[in-house]
Amino acid sequence: MTDIIEVKNLTKKFGDVTAVNNVSFSVAKGERFAFLGPNGAGKSTTIKMLTTLLEPTSGSIIVDGHDPVTDSSAARSSFGIVFQDPSLDDELTAWENMDFHGVLYGVPAKERRQRIDELLKFVELDDRKDSYVKEFSGGMKRRLEIARGLLHKPAIIFLDEPTLGLDPQTRNHMWQYLEKLNEEDGVTVFFTTHYMDEADRVAQRIAIIDHGNIVAVGSGAELKAQTNTETLEDAFLALTGSEIREEHADASARMRMMRGRR
Amino acid sequence: MFRTIYIMWLREMKRFIRSRSRIIGSLAQPLLFLLAFGYGLGAVFSAAGQGNYIMFLAPGIIGMSIIFTSIFNGVQVIWDRQFGFLKETLVAPVPRLAIMIGRTLGGASVAALQGCIVLVMTSFVGFHPYSWPLVIPAILVMLLIGLLFSALGIAVGSLMRDMQGFQLVMNFLVQPLFFLSGALFPLKGAPMLLTIIARADPLSYGIDALRGFLINGSTFGIGLDLAVLAAFSIVFLAMGSYFFSKIQA
Ligand SMILES: Nc1ncnc2c1ncn2[C@@H]1O[C@H](COP(=O)(O)OP(=O)(O)O)[C@@H](O)[C@H]1O
Ligand SMILES: [Mg+2]
Repeated sequence: MTDIIEVKNLTKKFGDVTAVNNVSFSVAKGERFAFLGPNGAGKSTTIKMLTTLLEPTSGSIIVDGHDPVTDSSAARSSFGIVFQDPSLDDELTAWENMDFHGVLYGVPAKERRQRIDELLKFVELDDRKDSYVKEFSGGMKRRLEIARGLLHKPAIIFLDEPTLGLDPQTRNHMWQYLEKLNEEDGVTVFFTTHYMDEADRVAQRIAIIDHGNIVAVGSGAELKAQTNTETLEDAFLALTGSEIREEHADASARMRMMRGRR
Repeated sequence: MFRTIYIMWLREMKRFIRSRSRIIGSLAQPLLFLLAFGYGLGAVFSAAGQGNYIMFLAPGIIGMSIIFTSIFNGVQVIWDRQFGFLKETLVAPVPRLAIMIGRTLGGASVAALQGCIVLVMTSFVGFHPYSWPLVIPAILVMLLIGLLFSALGIAVGSLMRDMQGFQLVMNFLVQPLFFLSGALFPLKGAPMLLTIIARADPLSYGIDALRGFLINGSTFGIGLDLAVLAAFSIVFLAMGSYFFSKIQA
Protein backbone atom coordinates (compact mmCIF):
# COMPACT_ATOMS: atom_id res chain seq x y z
CA MET A 1 0.00 0.00 0.00
CA THR A 2 1.20 3.54 -0.68
CA ASP A 3 1.91 5.98 2.11
CA ILE A 4 -0.12 9.16 2.14
CA ILE A 5 1.82 10.74 5.02
CA GLU A 6 5.58 10.38 5.39
CA VAL A 7 7.43 12.03 8.23
CA LYS A 8 11.20 11.82 8.66
CA ASN A 9 13.27 13.07 11.59
CA LEU A 10 10.72 15.74 12.44
CA THR A 11 11.69 18.11 15.27
CA LYS A 12 10.00 21.19 16.72
CA LYS A 13 11.58 23.35 19.39
CA PHE A 14 9.93 26.26 21.17
CA GLY A 15 12.89 28.09 22.66
CA ASP A 16 14.60 25.40 24.71
CA VAL A 17 11.49 23.19 24.95
CA THR A 18 11.65 20.33 22.45
CA ALA A 19 7.98 19.60 21.78
CA VAL A 20 8.62 17.03 19.06
CA ASN A 21 11.92 15.20 19.04
CA ASN A 22 13.18 13.63 15.83
CA VAL A 23 10.10 11.54 15.03
CA SER A 24 9.64 9.43 11.91
CA PHE A 25 6.51 7.55 10.87
CA SER A 26 4.29 6.94 7.89
CA VAL A 27 0.57 6.47 7.38
CA ALA A 28 -0.87 4.34 4.59
CA LYS A 29 -3.61 5.56 2.29
CA GLY A 30 -6.99 4.68 3.74
CA GLU A 31 -5.58 3.80 7.14
CA ARG A 32 -6.97 4.77 10.54
CA PHE A 33 -3.92 5.90 12.46
CA ALA A 34 -3.74 7.14 16.05
CA PHE A 35 -1.26 9.22 18.01
CA LEU A 36 -1.65 8.12 21.61
CA GLY A 37 0.01 10.06 24.40
CA PRO A 38 -0.49 12.12 27.52
CA ASN A 39 -0.99 15.89 27.66
CA GLY A 40 2.08 17.75 26.46
CA ALA A 41 3.45 14.75 24.54
CA GLY A 42 3.68 16.71 21.30
CA LYS A 43 0.57 15.44 19.52
CA SER A 44 -0.92 18.82 18.62
CA THR A 45 2.45 20.21 17.65
CA THR A 46 2.94 17.34 15.21
CA ILE A 47 -0.53 17.84 13.70
CA LYS A 48 0.11 21.56 13.34
CA MET A 49 3.29 20.88 11.41
CA LEU A 50 1.53 18.35 9.17
CA THR A 51 -1.23 20.87 8.46
CA THR A 52 0.97 23.91 7.66
CA LEU A 53 0.15 25.82 10.85
CA LEU A 54 3.67 25.53 12.22
CA GLU A 55 7.01 25.31 10.52
CA PRO A 56 9.21 22.44 11.66
CA THR A 57 12.56 23.22 13.24
CA SER A 58 14.00 20.37 11.16
CA GLY A 59 12.97 17.22 9.35
CA SER A 60 10.79 16.48 6.35
CA ILE A 61 7.08 15.94 5.82
CA ILE A 62 5.11 14.75 2.81
CA VAL A 63 1.32 14.99 2.91
CA ASP A 64 -0.48 13.48 -0.08
CA GLY A 65 2.62 14.05 -2.20
CA HIS A 66 3.18 17.65 -1.10
CA ASP A 67 5.57 19.35 1.29
CA PRO A 68 3.52 21.50 3.71
CA VAL A 69 6.39 23.99 4.03
CA THR A 70 7.28 24.64 0.40
CA ASP A 71 4.03 23.62 -1.29
CA SER A 72 1.56 24.64 1.39
CA SER A 73 -1.38 25.42 -0.86
CA ALA A 74 -1.42 21.99 -2.51
CA ALA A 75 -0.92 20.29 0.85
CA ARG A 76 -3.82 22.27 2.30
CA SER A 77 -6.24 21.10 -0.38
CA SER A 78 -5.58 17.49 0.52
CA PHE A 79 -6.79 17.44 4.09
CA GLY A 80 -9.63 18.43 6.38
CA ILE A 81 -8.96 19.11 10.04
CA VAL A 82 -10.79 19.14 13.33
CA PHE A 83 -8.69 21.14 15.75
CA GLN A 84 -8.32 20.39 19.43
CA ASP A 85 -9.83 23.78 20.30
CA PRO A 86 -13.04 25.11 18.76
CA SER A 87 -12.59 26.85 15.43
CA LEU A 88 -16.11 27.79 14.36
CA ASP A 89 -17.50 31.28 13.97
CA ASP A 90 -20.02 31.51 16.80
CA GLU A 91 -21.78 34.47 15.22
CA LEU A 92 -22.64 32.50 12.11
CA THR A 93 -25.15 29.67 11.73
CA ALA A 94 -24.14 26.06 11.23
CA TRP A 95 -25.04 26.33 7.57
CA GLU A 96 -23.08 29.55 7.12
CA ASN A 97 -19.99 28.05 8.72
CA MET A 98 -20.21 25.18 6.24
CA ASP A 99 -20.83 27.50 3.32
CA PHE A 100 -17.88 29.70 4.27
CA HIS A 101 -15.64 26.65 4.26
CA GLY A 102 -17.01 25.41 0.94
CA VAL A 103 -16.39 28.75 -0.75
CA LEU A 104 -12.86 28.97 0.64
CA TYR A 105 -12.09 25.49 -0.68
CA GLY A 106 -13.59 26.24 -4.07
CA VAL A 107 -16.45 23.72 -3.94
CA PRO A 108 -18.87 24.73 -6.77
CA ALA A 109 -22.16 26.24 -5.59
CA LYS A 110 -24.52 23.44 -6.52
CA GLU A 111 -22.34 20.65 -5.21
CA ARG A 112 -21.68 22.73 -2.11
CA ARG A 113 -25.33 23.05 -1.19
CA GLN A 114 -25.91 19.39 -1.80
CA ARG A 115 -22.92 18.26 0.23
CA ILE A 116 -23.70 20.62 3.09
CA ASP A 117 -27.21 19.17 3.36
CA GLU A 118 -25.84 15.65 3.14
CA LEU A 119 -23.14 16.16 5.73
CA LEU A 120 -25.37 18.01 8.18
CA LYS A 121 -27.75 15.08 7.97
CA PHE A 122 -24.83 12.71 8.44
CA VAL A 123 -23.82 14.39 11.72
CA GLU A 124 -27.48 14.85 12.67
CA LEU A 125 -27.48 18.61 12.69
CA ASP A 126 -29.79 19.16 9.72
CA ASP A 127 -32.62 20.32 11.95
CA ARG A 128 -30.33 22.92 13.53
CA LYS A 129 -28.69 24.21 10.37
CA ASP A 130 -30.00 27.75 10.79
CA SER A 131 -29.12 28.04 14.48
CA TYR A 132 -26.20 30.16 15.55
CA VAL A 133 -23.21 28.10 16.58
CA LYS A 134 -23.05 29.95 19.90
CA GLU A 135 -26.22 28.10 20.88
CA PHE A 136 -24.58 24.69 20.31
CA SER A 137 -23.26 22.28 22.93
CA GLY A 138 -19.66 21.09 22.83
CA GLY A 139 -20.69 17.85 21.16
CA MET A 140 -22.73 19.58 18.48
CA LYS A 141 -19.83 21.90 17.71
CA ARG A 142 -17.51 18.95 17.32
CA ARG A 143 -19.92 17.22 14.97
CA LEU A 144 -20.25 20.38 12.92
CA GLU A 145 -16.47 20.67 12.73
CA ILE A 146 -16.23 17.09 11.47
CA ALA A 147 -18.86 17.78 8.82
CA ARG A 148 -17.02 20.93 7.82
CA GLY A 149 -13.68 19.15 7.61
CA LEU A 150 -15.18 16.66 5.16
CA LEU A 151 -16.97 19.15 2.94
CA HIS A 152 -14.27 19.47 0.30
CA LYS A 153 -13.76 15.69 0.06
CA PRO A 154 -10.26 15.61 1.53
CA ALA A 155 -8.01 12.59 1.10
CA ILE A 156 -7.07 12.81 4.78
CA ILE A 157 -8.97 13.97 7.83
CA PHE A 158 -6.92 15.07 10.84
CA LEU A 159 -8.66 15.03 14.20
CA ASP A 160 -6.85 16.41 17.23
CA GLU A 161 -8.41 14.89 20.33
CA PRO A 162 -11.84 14.97 18.71
CA THR A 163 -13.64 13.35 21.62
CA LEU A 164 -12.04 15.36 24.40
CA GLY A 165 -14.61 16.47 26.94
CA LEU A 166 -17.50 14.67 25.22
CA ASP A 167 -19.75 12.16 26.92
CA PRO A 168 -19.25 8.47 26.06
CA GLN A 169 -22.41 8.25 23.99
CA THR A 170 -21.45 11.15 21.75
CA ARG A 171 -17.96 9.71 21.47
CA ASN A 172 -19.26 6.39 20.22
CA HIS A 173 -21.51 8.07 17.79
CA MET A 174 -18.71 10.15 16.38
CA TRP A 175 -16.45 7.16 15.80
CA GLN A 176 -19.28 5.36 14.06
CA TYR A 177 -19.52 8.19 11.52
CA LEU A 178 -15.80 8.28 11.01
CA GLU A 179 -15.38 4.54 10.63
CA LYS A 180 -18.23 4.44 8.14
CA LEU A 181 -16.64 7.21 6.17
CA ASN A 182 -13.25 5.56 6.26
CA GLU A 183 -14.65 2.24 5.06
CA GLU A 184 -16.97 3.63 2.40
CA ASP A 185 -14.94 6.50 0.97
CA GLY A 186 -11.42 5.39 1.87
CA VAL A 187 -10.64 8.63 3.70
CA THR A 188 -7.42 8.36 5.69
CA VAL A 189 -8.14 9.12 9.35
CA PHE A 190 -5.31 10.51 11.47
CA PHE A 191 -6.32 11.22 15.03
CA THR A 192 -4.75 11.95 18.37
CA THR A 193 -6.15 10.85 21.67
CA HIS A 194 -5.23 10.13 25.22
CA TYR A 195 -8.04 7.58 25.57
CA MET A 196 -6.59 4.06 25.41
CA ASP A 197 -9.86 2.32 24.55
CA GLU A 198 -10.47 4.65 21.65
CA ALA A 199 -7.05 4.13 20.12
CA ASP A 200 -7.32 0.38 20.62
CA ARG A 201 -10.79 0.09 19.14
CA VAL A 202 -10.67 2.56 16.26
CA ALA A 203 -7.11 2.71 14.97
CA GLN A 204 -5.51 0.07 12.77
CA ARG A 205 -2.12 1.32 13.91
CA ILE A 206 -1.11 3.34 16.94
CA ALA A 207 1.97 5.46 17.52
CA ILE A 208 2.71 5.92 21.20
CA ILE A 209 4.22 9.32 21.83
CA ASP A 210 5.68 10.61 25.08
CA HIS A 211 7.79 13.70 25.78
CA GLY A 212 8.07 14.37 22.05
CA ASN A 213 9.36 10.91 21.19
CA ILE A 214 7.58 8.08 19.41
CA VAL A 215 8.32 5.09 21.60
CA ALA A 216 6.48 2.45 19.58
CA VAL A 217 4.30 2.03 16.48
CA GLY A 218 2.03 -0.91 15.69
CA SER A 219 -1.47 -2.31 15.89
CA GLY A 220 -2.99 -2.65 19.35
CA ALA A 221 -2.35 -6.39 19.22
CA GLU A 222 1.27 -5.89 18.16
CA LEU A 223 1.94 -3.43 20.94
CA LYS A 224 0.51 -5.84 23.50
CA ALA A 225 2.48 -8.77 22.08
CA GLN A 226 5.66 -6.73 21.98
CA THR A 227 5.37 -5.88 25.66
CA ASN A 228 3.86 -9.17 26.75
CA THR A 229 0.81 -7.46 28.21
CA GLU A 230 -2.93 -8.06 28.17
CA THR A 231 -4.24 -4.53 27.76
CA LEU A 232 -3.14 -1.41 25.95
CA GLU A 233 -2.93 0.35 29.32
CA ASP A 234 -0.30 -2.12 30.44
CA ALA A 235 1.50 -1.93 27.13
CA PHE A 236 1.57 1.83 27.45
CA LEU A 237 2.88 1.58 30.97
CA ALA A 238 5.59 -0.85 29.92
CA LEU A 239 6.65 1.37 27.01
CA THR A 240 6.61 4.76 28.69
CA GLY A 241 6.98 3.93 32.34
CA SER A 242 3.92 6.00 33.19
CA GLU A 243 0.16 5.99 33.01
CA ILE A 244 -2.07 8.53 31.35
CA ARG A 245 -4.02 10.25 34.05
CA GLU A 246 -7.34 10.83 32.36
CA GLU A 247 -8.93 12.87 35.14
CA HIS A 248 -6.23 15.47 34.79
CA ALA A 249 -6.48 15.63 31.02
CA ASP A 250 -10.26 15.78 31.14
CA ALA A 251 -10.30 18.64 33.59
CA SER A 252 -7.99 20.74 31.48
CA ALA A 253 -9.98 19.86 28.37
CA ARG A 254 -13.19 21.02 29.97
CA MET A 255 -11.58 24.27 30.96
CA ARG A 256 -10.39 24.79 27.43
CA MET A 257 -13.83 24.08 26.02
CA MET A 258 -15.39 26.53 28.41
CA ARG A 259 -12.95 29.23 27.47
CA GLY A 260 -13.65 28.60 23.82
CA ARG A 261 -17.40 28.74 24.31
CA ARG A 262 -17.58 32.18 25.82
CA MET B 1 -8.88 34.79 -5.15
CA PHE B 2 -12.13 36.69 -5.71
CA ARG B 3 -14.28 34.11 -4.00
CA THR B 4 -11.98 34.29 -0.98
CA ILE B 5 -12.18 38.07 -0.86
CA TYR B 6 -15.94 37.88 -1.28
CA ILE B 7 -16.57 35.35 1.48
CA MET B 8 -14.30 37.16 3.94
CA TRP B 9 -16.09 40.41 3.13
CA LEU B 10 -19.49 38.76 3.51
CA ARG B 11 -18.55 37.40 6.92
CA GLU B 12 -17.62 40.87 8.20
CA MET B 13 -20.87 42.31 6.88
CA LYS B 14 -22.99 39.58 8.45
CA ARG B 15 -21.30 39.92 11.79
CA PHE B 16 -21.81 43.67 11.72
CA ILE B 17 -25.45 43.65 10.70
CA ARG B 18 -26.24 41.05 13.35
CA SER B 19 -24.60 42.83 16.24
CA ARG B 20 -27.26 45.42 16.86
CA SER B 21 -25.87 46.29 20.26
CA ARG B 22 -22.54 47.09 18.66
CA ILE B 23 -24.12 49.36 16.08
CA ILE B 24 -26.13 51.23 18.69
CA GLY B 25 -23.21 51.34 21.09
CA SER B 26 -20.94 52.80 18.48
CA LEU B 27 -23.45 55.57 17.76
CA ALA B 28 -23.49 56.73 21.36
CA GLN B 29 -20.01 58.22 21.21
CA PRO B 30 -20.49 60.33 18.05
CA LEU B 31 -23.80 61.55 19.39
CA LEU B 32 -22.19 62.57 22.65
CA PHE B 33 -19.43 64.44 20.85
CA LEU B 34 -21.90 66.18 18.58
CA LEU B 35 -24.03 67.34 21.47
CA ALA B 36 -21.29 68.23 23.95
CA PHE B 37 -18.89 69.87 21.52
CA GLY B 38 -21.34 70.98 18.88
CA TYR B 39 -23.63 72.78 21.27
CA GLY B 40 -21.11 73.38 24.03
CA LEU B 41 -18.48 75.08 21.89
CA GLY B 42 -20.70 76.35 19.08
CA ALA B 43 -21.07 79.82 20.53
CA VAL B 44 -17.33 80.24 21.19
CA PHE B 45 -16.54 79.00 17.70
CA SER B 46 -18.81 81.45 15.92
CA ALA B 47 -17.80 84.30 18.27
CA ALA B 48 -14.23 83.67 17.09
CA GLY B 49 -15.44 84.28 13.56
CA GLN B 50 -15.10 80.63 12.44
CA GLY B 51 -18.70 80.15 11.35
CA ASN B 52 -21.11 77.38 12.28
CA TYR B 53 -19.37 74.78 14.46
CA ILE B 54 -21.83 71.95 13.81
CA MET B 55 -21.13 72.26 10.10
CA PHE B 56 -17.40 72.11 10.79
CA LEU B 57 -17.62 69.36 13.39
CA ALA B 58 -19.92 66.87 11.64
CA PRO B 59 -17.36 65.60 9.07
CA GLY B 60 -14.86 65.23 11.93
CA ILE B 61 -17.31 63.11 13.89
CA ILE B 62 -18.03 60.97 10.83
CA GLY B 63 -14.27 60.47 10.53
CA MET B 64 -14.13 59.55 14.21
CA SER B 65 -16.73 56.86 13.88
CA ILE B 66 -14.92 55.47 10.83
CA ILE B 67 -11.51 55.24 12.47
CA PHE B 68 -12.91 53.62 15.61
CA THR B 69 -15.03 51.13 13.69
CA SER B 70 -12.36 50.16 11.19
CA ILE B 71 -9.46 49.75 13.60
CA PHE B 72 -11.73 47.83 15.94
CA ASN B 73 -12.70 45.58 13.07
CA GLY B 74 -9.10 44.97 12.05
CA VAL B 75 -7.95 44.26 15.55
CA GLN B 76 -10.62 41.57 15.73
CA VAL B 77 -7.99 39.30 14.25
CA ILE B 78 -7.08 38.88 17.92
CA TRP B 79 -10.60 37.68 18.71
CA ASP B 80 -10.49 35.22 15.85
CA ARG B 81 -7.22 33.91 17.17
CA GLN B 82 -8.55 33.66 20.71
CA PHE B 83 -11.77 31.93 19.69
CA GLY B 84 -10.00 29.70 17.21
CA PHE B 85 -11.68 30.70 13.97
CA LEU B 86 -8.43 32.10 12.63
CA LYS B 87 -7.06 28.55 12.24
CA GLU B 88 -9.91 27.72 9.88
CA THR B 89 -8.80 30.47 7.52
CA LEU B 90 -5.09 29.73 7.96
CA VAL B 91 -5.33 26.10 6.80
CA ALA B 92 -7.46 26.98 3.78
CA PRO B 93 -5.75 26.53 0.40
CA VAL B 94 -6.03 30.21 -0.51
CA PRO B 95 -3.47 33.05 -0.60
CA ARG B 96 -3.07 34.92 2.68
CA LEU B 97 -3.23 38.12 0.68
CA ALA B 98 -6.79 37.31 -0.43
CA ILE B 99 -7.87 36.64 3.15
CA MET B 100 -6.33 39.90 4.26
CA ILE B 101 -7.88 41.94 1.43
CA GLY B 102 -11.32 40.43 2.02
CA ARG B 103 -11.13 41.23 5.69
CA THR B 104 -9.94 44.75 4.99
CA LEU B 105 -12.70 45.43 2.47
CA GLY B 106 -15.23 44.01 4.92
CA GLY B 107 -13.95 46.26 7.68
CA ALA B 108 -13.95 49.26 5.33
CA SER B 109 -17.52 48.61 4.22
CA VAL B 110 -18.69 48.25 7.79
CA ALA B 111 -16.94 51.50 8.72
CA ALA B 112 -18.40 53.37 5.75
CA LEU B 113 -21.87 52.10 6.63
CA GLN B 114 -21.35 53.34 10.15
CA GLY B 115 -20.16 56.67 8.72
CA CYS B 116 -23.37 56.96 6.70
CA ILE B 117 -25.47 56.28 9.77
CA VAL B 118 -23.59 59.05 11.60
CA LEU B 119 -24.08 61.34 8.60
CA VAL B 120 -27.83 60.82 8.88
CA MET B 121 -27.60 61.41 12.61
CA THR B 122 -25.77 64.72 12.15
CA SER B 123 -28.66 66.00 10.07
CA PHE B 124 -30.80 65.81 13.19
CA VAL B 125 -28.53 68.23 15.04
CA GLY B 126 -28.55 70.76 12.22
CA PHE B 127 -25.95 69.53 9.74
CA HIS B 128 -26.65 69.57 6.02
CA PRO B 129 -24.18 68.95 3.18
CA TYR B 130 -23.71 71.90 0.88
CA SER B 131 -24.33 69.74 -2.16
CA TRP B 132 -26.28 66.46 -2.12
CA PRO B 133 -24.62 64.87 -5.19
CA LEU B 134 -21.22 65.35 -3.52
CA VAL B 135 -22.35 63.04 -0.72
CA ILE B 136 -21.50 60.19 -3.09
CA PRO B 137 -17.77 60.98 -3.36
CA ALA B 138 -17.87 61.67 0.38
CA ILE B 139 -19.03 58.07 0.92
CA LEU B 140 -16.18 56.85 -1.27
CA VAL B 141 -13.80 58.83 0.93
CA MET B 142 -15.35 57.09 3.95
CA LEU B 143 -14.56 53.74 2.31
CA LEU B 144 -11.00 54.81 1.66
CA ILE B 145 -10.49 55.96 5.26
CA GLY B 146 -12.03 52.65 6.38
CA LEU B 147 -9.68 50.70 4.13
CA LEU B 148 -6.64 52.50 5.49
CA PHE B 149 -7.46 51.96 9.15
CA SER B 150 -8.81 48.41 8.73
CA ALA B 151 -5.49 47.48 7.20
CA LEU B 152 -3.65 49.20 10.04
CA GLY B 153 -5.86 47.38 12.56
CA ILE B 154 -5.11 44.00 10.98
CA ALA B 155 -1.39 44.77 10.89
CA VAL B 156 -1.43 45.64 14.59
CA GLY B 157 -3.81 42.80 15.50
CA SER B 158 -1.62 40.24 13.73
CA LEU B 159 1.28 41.18 15.97
CA MET B 160 -0.67 40.69 19.19
CA ARG B 161 -1.29 37.50 21.04
CA ASP B 162 -3.99 38.50 23.50
CA MET B 163 -6.77 40.93 24.24
CA GLN B 164 -4.73 43.01 26.67
CA GLY B 165 -3.04 44.58 23.69
CA PHE B 166 -6.36 45.78 22.41
CA GLN B 167 -6.82 48.44 25.07
CA LEU B 168 -3.32 49.70 24.40
CA VAL B 169 -4.13 50.11 20.73
CA MET B 170 -7.26 52.04 21.54
CA ASN B 171 -5.52 54.34 24.02
CA PHE B 172 -2.18 54.89 22.35
CA LEU B 173 -3.07 54.66 18.69
CA VAL B 174 -6.70 55.43 17.97
CA GLN B 175 -7.26 58.21 20.49
CA PRO B 176 -4.20 60.27 19.50
CA LEU B 177 -4.87 59.73 15.80
CA PHE B 178 -8.37 61.07 16.34
CA PHE B 179 -7.74 63.97 18.71
CA LEU B 180 -4.74 65.30 16.78
CA SER B 181 -6.37 65.02 13.36
CA GLY B 182 -8.17 68.34 13.28
CA ALA B 183 -11.50 66.58 13.63
CA LEU B 184 -12.51 68.91 16.45
CA PHE B 185 -10.65 72.13 15.65
CA PRO B 186 -9.51 73.99 12.53
CA LEU B 187 -5.85 73.43 11.63
CA LYS B 188 -5.72 76.89 10.12
CA GLY B 189 -4.36 79.11 12.88
CA ALA B 190 -3.51 76.21 15.20
CA PRO B 191 -0.10 76.27 16.94
CA MET B 192 2.79 75.22 14.74
CA LEU B 193 3.58 71.99 16.59
CA LEU B 194 -0.01 70.81 16.44
CA THR B 195 -0.19 71.55 12.73
CA ILE B 196 2.94 69.53 12.10
CA ILE B 197 1.61 66.57 14.06
CA ALA B 198 -1.75 66.76 12.33
CA ARG B 199 -0.05 66.80 8.96
CA ALA B 200 1.60 63.48 9.78
CA ASP B 201 -1.73 61.92 10.78
CA PRO B 202 -3.50 60.19 7.86
CA LEU B 203 -6.89 60.76 9.47
CA SER B 204 -6.39 64.53 9.02
CA TYR B 205 -6.43 64.06 5.26
CA GLY B 206 -9.49 61.83 5.44
CA ILE B 207 -11.42 64.37 7.44
CA ASP B 208 -10.16 67.19 5.25
CA ALA B 209 -11.45 65.37 2.17
CA LEU B 210 -14.80 64.80 3.88
CA ARG B 211 -14.97 68.52 4.65
CA GLY B 212 -14.08 69.21 1.04
CA PHE B 213 -17.03 67.23 -0.26
CA LEU B 214 -19.53 67.91 2.49
CA ILE B 215 -19.02 71.61 3.36
CA ASN B 216 -16.68 72.73 0.57
CA GLY B 217 -14.08 73.36 3.26
CA SER B 218 -10.88 71.51 2.39
CA THR B 219 -7.66 73.01 3.77
CA PHE B 220 -5.09 70.77 2.05
CA GLY B 221 -6.91 70.33 -1.24
CA ILE B 222 -8.83 67.18 -2.13
CA GLY B 223 -6.20 66.00 -4.60
CA LEU B 224 -3.51 65.89 -1.93
CA ASP B 225 -5.95 64.31 0.55
CA LEU B 226 -6.78 61.44 -1.79
CA ALA B 227 -3.14 60.90 -2.75
CA VAL B 228 -2.06 60.71 0.90
CA LEU B 229 -4.94 58.40 1.83
CA ALA B 230 -4.19 56.09 -1.08
CA ALA B 231 -0.47 56.01 -0.29
CA PHE B 232 -1.06 55.20 3.38
CA SER B 233 -3.61 52.54 2.45
CA ILE B 234 -1.14 50.78 0.20
CA VAL B 235 1.59 50.88 2.83
CA PHE B 236 -0.73 49.56 5.56
CA LEU B 237 -2.17 46.88 3.27
CA ALA B 238 1.35 45.68 2.52
CA MET B 239 2.26 45.73 6.21
CA GLY B 240 -0.98 44.00 7.16
CA SER B 241 -0.50 41.25 4.57
CA TYR B 242 3.04 40.71 5.67
CA PHE B 243 2.29 40.43 9.38
CA PHE B 244 -0.87 38.43 8.72
CA SER B 245 1.05 35.93 6.60
CA LYS B 246 3.54 35.46 9.44
CA ILE B 247 0.91 34.32 11.93
CA GLN B 248 1.53 30.78 13.16
CA ALA B 249 -0.94 28.89 15.28
N1 LIG C 1 3.34 27.76 20.95
C1 LIG C 1 4.05 27.13 21.90
N2 LIG C 1 5.02 27.79 22.56
C2 LIG C 1 5.77 27.17 23.50
N3 LIG C 1 5.61 25.89 23.87
C3 LIG C 1 4.65 25.18 23.28
C4 LIG C 1 3.81 25.76 22.26
N4 LIG C 1 2.94 24.81 21.84
C5 LIG C 1 3.22 23.70 22.55
N5 LIG C 1 4.23 23.90 23.42
C6 LIG C 1 4.81 22.90 24.33
O1 LIG C 1 5.14 21.78 23.57
C7 LIG C 1 4.84 20.59 24.28
C8 LIG C 1 3.89 19.73 23.45
O2 LIG C 1 2.63 20.35 23.38
P1 LIG C 1 1.43 19.75 22.52
O3 LIG C 1 1.92 19.39 21.18
O4 LIG C 1 0.32 20.71 22.62
O5 LIG C 1 1.06 18.43 23.32
P2 LIG C 1 -0.23 17.50 23.25
O6 LIG C 1 -1.07 17.97 22.10
O7 LIG C 1 0.31 16.13 23.06
O8 LIG C 1 -0.94 17.64 24.53
C9 LIG C 1 4.27 21.02 25.61
O9 LIG C 1 5.32 21.00 26.55
C10 LIG C 1 3.82 22.42 25.36
O10 LIG C 1 3.87 23.18 26.54
MG1 LIG D 1 -2.96 18.61 22.11
